Amino acid sequence: MDENTIICRCEDVTLKEVRDLIKQGYVTYDEIKRITRIGMGPCQGKTCGQLVMREIANATGQKMQDVKFQTNRPPVVGVKLGLIAEEGRRDEE
Amino acid sequence: MKQAELVIIGGGPAGLCAAVSAASSGAKVLILERNNALGGQLVKQTHMFFGSEKQYASTRGIDIPNILLNELDKYKENVEIMTDCTIVGMFEDGVITVIHKEDKYFKVKPEAVVVATGAFEKSLVFPNNDLPGIYGAGAVQTLMNVHGVKPGDRVLMVGAGNIGLIVSYQLMQAGVKVVGILDAAPQIGGYLVHASKVRRMGVPILTSHTVKEAIGTDCIEKAIVCEVDNKFQPIPGTEQEFDVDVLCISVGLTPLNELLAMRGCEMKFVPQLSGSVPVRNENYETTVENVFAAGDITGVEEASAAMVEGYLAGLCAAAKLGHKSDDFEEKKADYIKQLDSLRAGPVGEKILSGIEQILVK
Repeated sequence: MDENTIICRCEDVTLKEVRDLIKQGYVTYDEIKRITRIGMGPCQGKTCGQLVMREIANATGQKMQDVKFQTNRPPVVGVKLGLIAEEGRRDEE
Repeated sequence: MKQAELVIIGGGPAGLCAAVSAASSGAKVLILERNNALGGQLVKQTHMFFGSEKQYASTRGIDIPNILLNELDKYKENVEIMTDCTIVGMFEDGVITVIHKEDKYFKVKPEAVVVATGAFEKSLVFPNNDLPGIYGAGAVQTLMNVHGVKPGDRVLMVGAGNIGLIVSYQLMQAGVKVVGILDAAPQIGGYLVHASKVRRMGVPILTSHTVKEAIGTDCIEKAIVCEVDNKFQPIPGTEQEFDVDVLCISVGLTPLNELLAMRGCEMKFVPQLSGSVPVRNENYETTVENVFAAGDITGVEEASAAMVEGYLAGLCAAAKLGHKSDDFEEKKADYIKQLDSLRAGPVGEKILSGIEQILVK
């Protein structure tokens, strides 16, 4: 059943994949992200963030409060590199 | 690079109120809003608000943005509004990067910022939860109340909080059959007045129930629900089937906190506030100086509380920048009193126990 349960809609990561990785010892969001791309799609982990944290909490016996939250970095949304370069050029002028 | 005195991120209830209060104190305000219109979630709230008159009780949510915009118009020399602007990043040196539509990228460096980005809908884990026809309650409200589009014909609502109850009623008003409302909790979370209204119209509310599975090939055709025990574990043999073309998920919101987190504000996961929220002082300033936060991002509550928090954060941010109005203390005391009265009652008790965990002197 876990194969058909989607945790990350953006990157199509299933509950089974997440649970298997936790069993293998990947017990932070950022580790699971590096392996599966979870949270790296358009919503940037807004949907899956707490779901993954809860899975980690349940599997490791931690409270949600004690599970390390995902690292947030810019860019929050997709930006064309050309636009960033243009802005950089404006700074130089 | 664009210069600004006070940037307000998000033009929803908290952001607009922060703008009114800061601009009326004399601060130059720049509002950056992601959508093409201001108002945030208010633009789909066709129902009348509760609370007291100061938070626009008995006014429909959709009418509140205009009231606030008229108020803001009085200080228009102090206000700049930019819509279709999404924040791309907030950086340690205070720079905020912004994208306008998809083709204009720029930087702003304000002296202070009020982050009022609101909240994001929580989702639910069950097999086939990606079938078309499974919506968040926000999407259903947007379809119906903003675009006038019926999301489907037979809806099962998951979540008996105020949003779940109100959206169920609005669906019925639109001629959609609501086959039932579930909630995993043993009691109804929303106001009894809303619950009674849908019960009188014949909609069953099943507490201690959850979605076990969605079934369908190209889109949802059936939802299987079951009862849960007091540890929220499914009880075998209690399954029921509902023929539906829409499953509407309304299981709460979580603060939209990524900007504050990347800016380096100290964050804390507080279940009573529905997620990860900034540590802050009573002026709604975070642990990063001149970065303020207001509304659902500081803990999910009703729009009425978001508005008062916005007024308070805007007032304090302006004061910090040297625009302290003569009636500052009086206004601040009034906003704090309003928040206290909104937080009276059992739901407020939970919120207050959450705030205790993140409030610093």
